[in-house]
Parts: sequence; structure tokens; C-alpha cells
Amino acid sequence: MTVSIYEPDLGTPAPASGGAPVTLEINGMPVTVPEGTSVMRAAAEAGLSIPKLCATDSLDAFGSCRLCLVEIEGRRGYPASCTTPVADGMVVRTQSDRLAKLRRNVMELYISDHPLDCLTCSANGNCELQDMAGAVGLREVRYAPGENHLAAEVDDSNPYFQFDPSKCIVCSRCVRACDEVQGTLALTIDGRGFASMVSPSAHEPFAESECVSCGACVQACPTATLMEKSVVEKGQPERAVVTTCAYCGVGCSFRAELQGEEVVRMVPEKAGKANHGHSCVKGRFAWGYATHPDRITTPMIRRSIDEPWQEVSWEEAINYAAGEFRRLQAEHGRNAIGALTSSRCTNEETYLVQKLVRTAFGNNNVDTCARVCHSPTGYGLKATLGESAGTQDFDSVQQADVVFIIGANPTDAHPVFGSMMKQRLRDGAKLIVADPRTIELVRTPHIEAAHHLKLKPGTNVALLNALAHVVVTEGLVDEAFVAARCETESFAQWREFVARPENAPEQLSEVIGVPAETLRAAARLYATGGNAAIYYGLGVTEHSQGSTTVMAIANLAMATGNLGRPGVGVNPLRGQNNVQGSCDMGSFPHELPGYRHVSEPTTRLEFERAWGATLDPEPGFRVPNMLDAALAGQFHGLYLQGEDPVQSDPNTQHVQAALKAMQCVVVQDLFLNETAKYAHVFLPGASFLEKDGTFTNAERRISRVRRVMRPRAGKADWEVTVALAEALGQPMPYSHPSEIMDEIARLTPTFTGVSYARLDELGSIQWPCNDSAPLGTPIMHGESFVRGLGRFMLTAYVPTEERTSRKRPLLLTTGRILSQYNVGAQTRRTDNVHWHAEDRLEIHPSDAESRGVVDDDWVAVASRSGETVLRASVTERVQPGVVYTTFHHPVSGANVITTDNSDWATNCPEYKVTAVEVAKVMQPSEWQREYGEFTARQRAFLPDGNDKTPVTESDTSA
Amino acid sequence: MTPDKLVYMANQIGSYFTTDPQPEHARQQIAEHMKKFWAPSMRATLIEALDRDADVEAQLDDLVRQALIEHRTLLLGSAANA
Ligand code: SF4
Ligand code: SF4
Ligand code: SF4
Ligand code: FES
Repeated sequence: MTVSIYEPDLGTPAPASGGAPVTLEINGMPVTVPEGTSVMRAAAEAGLSIPKLCATDSLDAFGSCRLCLVEIEGRRGYPASCTTPVADGMVVRTQSDRLAKLRRNVMELYISDHPLDCLTCSANGNCELQDMAGAVGLREVRYAPGENHLAAEVDDSNPYFQFDPSKCIVCSRCVRACDEVQGTLALTIDGRGFASMVSPSAHEPFAESECVSCGACVQACPTATLMEKSVVEKGQPERAVVTTCAYCGVGCSFRAELQGEEVVRMVPEKAGKANHGHSCVKGRFAWGYATHPDRITTPMIRRSIDEPWQEVSWEEAINYAAGEFRRLQAEHGRNAIGALTSSRCTNEETYLVQKLVRTAFGNNNVDTCARVCHSPTGYGLKATLGESAGTQDFDSVQQADVVFIIGANPTDAHPVFGSMMKQRLRDGAKLIVADPRTIELVRTPHIEAAHHLKLKPGTNVALLNALAHVVVTEGLVDEAFVAARCETESFAQWREFVARPENAPEQLSEVIGVPAETLRAAARLYATGGNAAIYYGLGVTEHSQGSTTVMAIANLAMATGNLGRPGVGVNPLRGQNNVQGSCDMGSFPHELPGYRHVSEPTTRLEFERAWGATLDPEPGFRVPNMLDAALAGQFHGLYLQGEDPVQSDPNTQHVQAALKAMQCVVVQDLFLNETAKYAHVFLPGASFLEKDGTFTNAERRISRVRRVMRPRAGKADWEVTVALAEALGQPMPYSHPSEIMDEIARLTPTFTGVSYARLDELGSIQWPCNDSAPLGTPIMHGESFVRGLGRFMLTAYVPTEERTSRKRPLLLTTGRILSQYNVGAQTRRTDNVHWHAEDRLEIHPSDAESRGVVDDDWVAVASRSGETVLRASVTERVQPGVVYTTFHHPVSGANVITTDNSDWATNCPEYKVTAVEVAKVMQPSEWQREYGEFTARQRAFLPDGNDKTPVTESDTSA
Repeated sequence: MTPDKLVYMANQIGSYFTTDPQPEHARQQIAEHMKKFWAPSMRATLIEALDRDADVEAQLDDLVRQALIEHRTLLLGSAANA
């Protein structure tokens, strides 16, 4: 579906909430718009364009360029139409001789200090200054050449865009975009009058400034001053296709702007309902991996991982995999094989993989990477509220009075939503942050958290119980809400439980590491500050009590009546783009699509009829069970679509040993990822640009992924699963992913109303979407909870067994950063390495000092699982006793140190708490040495001509 | 799968349900949790180990051991996943 390359710009934003209709007359035409609309926007909506330069509809009107002047009957002078609101009966003229003259004068001034190199300028054909010169009929520039900025130097320090100040018209759209849209305030206009210039705030080059490379300023710039380097290099795009970012759970909508099949740039779509025209560095710029030479585009097989790869046809590779899977089942039983679906793949692809397992494999051994991130969310929210999903849409935050963030770092991990949150916090919402680290939002321009509960890692449940204790014992329960909406008995039990003295802040303060008075104040603010919304991330789920924490969060929201309307709710911030979707699609071993247990006879029957197969009524293995069973000699074959457990799952050496113990590992991926080094069959994957499908973001929003180029290896991922199923004797006669979605809709009550046609029509849809909610459901649990009455669950605090000791006195916690994505296989193959060339260990100055460690030192981090070596960053972002690292580079081996401790209910690994010791060293760890050798050997096994040179040093150093 | 891992996991599940004021209900919940989320072969391995290995019996927390004994039929109901 190609759309026009030109996105209309109505000049100023629509008024906040649709005001009363106002009718005015513009150039003799009656126009009716909501109150609060600008004259400029009213004219644009009526199809009349008024010349403008400093106005754009993503930013508040500024009124500086004076190009948009109009005449209004009864008013003196020539008001700027961008800053003048409409009024009933107003009579406006947008064209007259006088106006034309005034506008030409303005343009003449601008052009007198602008290079006249239009023919060779990168914005040629898409430059607002050029367009305006045309629109006002500029024919001559009377100013004699004088002092100008034409020789100003280009700043090309940012890897993705350049800044050419000679072309700047000082409209300040960039400065306002960085302020209003992104909230980073990296740009200023310095000086006055002629001397005024845009610059990153401390006059440093872009790359060294606070700029986070979101691209908002580039998008807002009407000239070629701020311009994508890809456009400078390739020229202007000729068409656009609307698709969805394949990185994080915000699920931003993008226009892929193309020349033929080549992406020239990705621009966030203004109509995108998740992102409203904003983006972050990953989605906006880090798409180059899709055409990276490291991509493997020919299927390969080998009998053993100690043998070189052999390139084969698709047919041969698929038949080999199918033959091996059947052999393993014949020799070791039906349950000896399984598969992993990926949150990086589309709903349709994920659905097919679980269907293949349940039908062709004949078991339920299917799991997904959500196991290691948000499985506790599914468990905890289903148990309490009745649905395994977040309760709100993103826009809901604009109506929150109190924002409570627990174990999440939105500005890094969900940047576009982080920016929306910043807007609301700057407008006055109060902020509570519970995090062992000082995340950016705790203190950032114009924002200061009311309370930062800097808790010790692993004490979330204690913290939430202490807050609940205050709510219950200080009379802050919303009794009416609880009486109407929740179970009486479970509430009474919970109330009694949290009111016990052992849950009092004074009692738990030491365990949590936060003063009792602060806990009390935070609880009071949450319970009485108006609409209170909880946002949480992996800092909640990735613990031995992950599911308990999710339930404690739901309890707190129910008890204070903060559910079921805008501005409140329980909002899990999902990590990867399609975590929600992959869970919805039945990727867990105990659940069919739509979160229905495999043991439910009616559901199973429905699927059996539709799929023409008998389904196993018992749950299958979860990932950790598969790995344990492999080591016990009971599990022998695994099909992994877009997953890389060797790097992403905890206790790397355990994962490696388990994969080595398997006889047939089939990896479908873009690159020879860490897991593929243990594989016997490699099936080339397709990037999100090469296939059709849908992703579902953290707010349950289903958005289309649209193919903009042919799959490099000839097949989209769904076609590969279809071929594998057919080779195993299970027909899957689909000719397009839309037919897979139609099947999902037929079989899943929350998806009944979803189809590609409907998605094209509405842009995106938030499930549930069915007869009772034909347009989808932005906010859940409105009148009643999905399960009927809300259920309070008891949440006793059970400390993790992973404790510090004299031998391992520090707690390691892990996380992610803005520029890199998950295992980094994609982002490391882009210029994003500019910001994060290696994973580092953050350590508090006092802990560093006592170990003789200074910034940049190599340090060994050792846990009971293993040891790795990283470079140290000494910083007060972490508290004493806590160290922190990321896991974006394989060689860092962050997961060599994480343990196989996991959540009691879901086995979600406890990434966030590992007892370690840190020591200064001079050389890499034993694991890293072995890893380096193993990687070199595996690379050498790649066929000639397919030899993939390492992309970053970190791939092979060690 | 090795019984010690299963014992560990079972005790972890048990530790959540110990707060339940009614032990009978707690035992039921523990068994139902395993029935719902554990592959049959895992349940069978654990119960078999409990039957024959005094160490396993000793390592299991009381509540969990009782739950396994009391709800044996529920847990072993269908053919083992092996
Ligand atoms: S790229 Fe984003 S953060 Fe950087 S200056 Fe532009 S708007 Fe600000
Ligand atoms: S860089 Fe672009 S957006 Fe910023 S002031 Fe100059 S012309 Fe305007
Ligand atoms: S990574 Fe997330 S926030 Fe960034 S553009 Fe993609 S979906 Fe949006
Ligand atoms: S567009 Fe209105 S003053 Fe610039």
C-alpha cells in the first residue's frame, strides 16, 4: 500500500479536546472548526494554504516568521494566522495585494542570507523555504551581498543527520521540537537578531551534546539545515509505505520512504496512534541492519556443529529439518522436540509456529522469549483482573495526576512513550519512581520526582506491601470501588494480611532500604493524588517473586480504585515490539491463542476442528524445562524462529551445554546469531521490511507491518514455517498473511473484529475488538473486570535465595540502554554502536575505591554461575552495594553471570538480582577466551563467499 | 529432568501458597498450579522421586510434600510427557 510522499501539514496542532463548533468566513467561504483552532489550521482544513515557515502542526504556534499574515475584518494590522484563534463570525482574507507585498518582503529578507544552491541542495523538491518563495511569488532579492552565514561549517558528527547552519532560517522549529516533542532540550537559539544561531546547548557538536538522536528536529526543519545523511546521499524518496517499527513495545508507526525498493529514510507517521509522529533513534535511524552484508540469505545444513556449513536449496534444508524432527520423535518419543516463537516476529508468524508445534509436532512444547521477560505479567494480571494485558492506552497518561514507575526506565527502553510521559510530568503530574538506579526521569529538565524509592534489588514485594499497609491502615481504600467491583472475601483476607505489623513501613524499611516516612508519603500520594497510574517493566517481572509483584501492583490499583478509566491503570511496558502479540497468539506451552488453557475441552475442540488435528490436553515444556530435559537426555530437537537464547537467556554456559546436547537445532534468523553457532539447520529470516503481518504493542494495539521490499532470501518467515509444516505432513494452505489473521479472528474471541481490511481502514486496533467493541478497546475493565469481580491475591514477601555474602558482596542488576536493542544483533549492525560500543559495568565510587578500580578499568565480575570481564564506569547512578550492566554485546557475557533462579510461578529468570564480586583484572575471562575461539571456528565454518567479517570489534575481541 | 531442580521449583511454588490461611486450600492450589503449568513428565518424575528417595522426601517442604501426596491422582492423571 503505497501512500503519497507528502504528508499534509495543517500548520498548528488540533485543539486539545474538541471544543464547541465555531463558524467563520475565509475568503468568502464559510468554515466550521472546533473552538481553539487557529485561523491557519481552519484555512488548511478548508483546503486553503496560508504561507508559513515557523509553524508546523506538530508544534505549538510560535509566531516568529510573519509570513502567515492575514487580514481580519474589524482588526487592525495584519495578525499572524498561526497564533490567532478562530472566533464566531470572523471574516478572514488570506490574499490581497498588501499581504502579497508584505510576504514578499519577509521572504526577501530570508533569502538574502540563504545560499542559492537549490539545484544541488538535498532538500530540493521537498523544501518549505523553496515552496514559500514560489508561493509568495518572490522574483528578486534587493539586498546587496553583505554580512551573512553562508560560510558556516557543516556539523556531521551525528552518524545519521547533518547540521548545515548556512541554510538555517532561525525559525526555531528544531528547538521547539526538541523541547515540546522529545523533552530533551538539547538545542538553543543563541544570540540576537542577525547573530542568532541554532546550536546544541553547550556549543558542542551534536554527537557530543545531550542530543539523543530522536530525529524530531530533523523532521521539523523546513530547510536542508537538519537533514538525514541518507537523503543527502541518495536524494529525495519517491514513495512511502506505512509500517510499524520492529524494535520496542511502543510500536511506533512509520512511513518507510523509498526509492524503488530501497529505503531512503524512515519517518514517524503523524497519524500513528501510538507515537503521534514521534520516534526514537532506533526506529528512525537504525534500520541499516536489514541490508547489512552479514545477512545470511542461503539455507544451510550440517550434521554436527563441528562441521562446516553446507549451502543447500530451501527444499533440501526444510526436508532435512523435517526428517530429523521425525527421526527424533520416532527414537525418543513425541515430546522430544519443541519450538520457540519470537516477540520479534509478527503475530501471524508466531501463530503459525505454535500451530505447527501443536499439530505437526503433536505436543505443546512451544514457548517464547516472553518467558524471560513478561510471563509474570500474564500470570499476575490474569489472576487478579482476568486478562493478561495492560489496562490502558498510552494517551491515558495525559490524564494521570500521579505517575508511579516501578522497575522501568521509559526514556531508555520505551523512548517515545518516555517523551509522552515527560510532557505530562512537565504539565504538573506528580512522579514516584521505585528503582535501585537513578533513572533519567528522577531528575531531568523541568521534572523532579516527588519520591525516588531507591530500593534494594529484590525487594519489590516488600515495598508494595508496605505501600498497601499504609493505604489500608490510614483509611485510604476506595471502599465504594472495592465494594462494587471486587471480591469481598479475597479483599477482606488481603486487607487483614497487609495490615499486619510485619508489613508496616517501619518494619520493612531496613529490608527495602528506603526510610519509612518516604514510603508512607509515597503511598499517600499514590492513593490520594487524583488519577494514579502505575507503569512497570522488567525490573518488576525478572525476579523470583515477579508474578507476586505483578499481583501486588494490581491489588494496590484495585484497593485505591485506580482502574477502569482514563488516567489510571496498571501498565506493563513490554520490552520487544511484539511481546504482547506473541503471548496473545498462544506461544506458551499451556495456552492456546487468546490465553485459553489447553485443558479446556470446548476450546480445544474448536481448534481441533479448525486445524484437523488432535491436540494434547496437557501443558508442554517451558524453555528452561526444555534445556534441563536436553541435559537429561530427554529432549533432542528445537526450532527457533528469531530467537537467540544463548545470548538472551540466563546462565549462558547452561544454555550452551543444553544446545550442544541436542541433535537437531533449527535456527531461523537474519544473522548467524549466538544460538546459530550451535545449529544444524540455518533458515534465512526476513526483516520486517520484507514481509506483511501485524505487531501488537504494549497497549494491545495491533498495527500493520507492510512489505516494502522482496525478502532477500526469497521467502518471508511465515512461508518458511508453512513449508516446514507441510514437509511434516500438516497442510497450511495460506497464500497471504491476511488469511492467517482471518483464521486467528475466527478462533479468538478478543480478535473477532480484526482483519487487514479493518486495519487499513482504522489505522490500528486495540484488542478486544469484537461485536461488543467494534472499534477496539483503548481502556479495559471499564464497567467490570474481565474476570467479573477483581480478585485480591496475598503477596507475602519471600526474599530471593540469591543473597550477598562475604564471597560475593555486591548485587548485580541488568538492563538496557536507548541506542541498543536486546541482544543487539540488529543495532550492533548500525551506526548506533557510536553510542554504545561495549557493555560496561556501572559501579558506585565507594565500591570502586575499595577495590582499587577507576573508570575504564577492566574488571572481572564473578557469580556462582560464571565469570566475565567488562570495563568499569564509576558512577553514582547506582547505589553502593549494587552494580549494573547491559547485555547488548555477546562478548560481554552478561548472562554468563546471571543464574538460573527464576519466578516461582512462570520461571521468568531473575536477571535483576545476582550476587557477585568485582575485581580489577588485566585480561578477559576464561569464558571469553573460549567464546572467542569458538566464534572464530564457527565463522570459519561458513561457506566461502559467505564469510561474514565481524561487524564490531566486540564480536571477536576477547 | 533431574529431581533436585523439580524439588526446588516445587518448594518455590509452595512458598507462595504458604500465606493462604487454609492449608487445605493451599495444598489444592499448589497441586493445581503444577497441573496447569508443569508438563506431565515433570510431575511424574517428581512424584516418582518422592516415592523412592528419602532425600527428596526430606528436601520437599511439608506443605508441598503433603500436596503431592494428597493430589497424586490429579497430578498423575494423564499419560506422562516422555
Ligand atoms: S535529534 Fe532529538 S534530541 Fe537530538 S537535538 Fe534533535 S530533537 Fe533534540
Ligand atoms: S535548523 Fe531548521 S528548524 Fe532549526 S531554526 Fe534552522 S531552519 Fe529552523
Ligand atoms: S524503538 Fe520503540 S520508541 Fe523507538 S521508534 Fe521503535 S517503537 Fe518507537
Ligand atoms: S507561520 Fe505564523 S508566524 Fe511563522
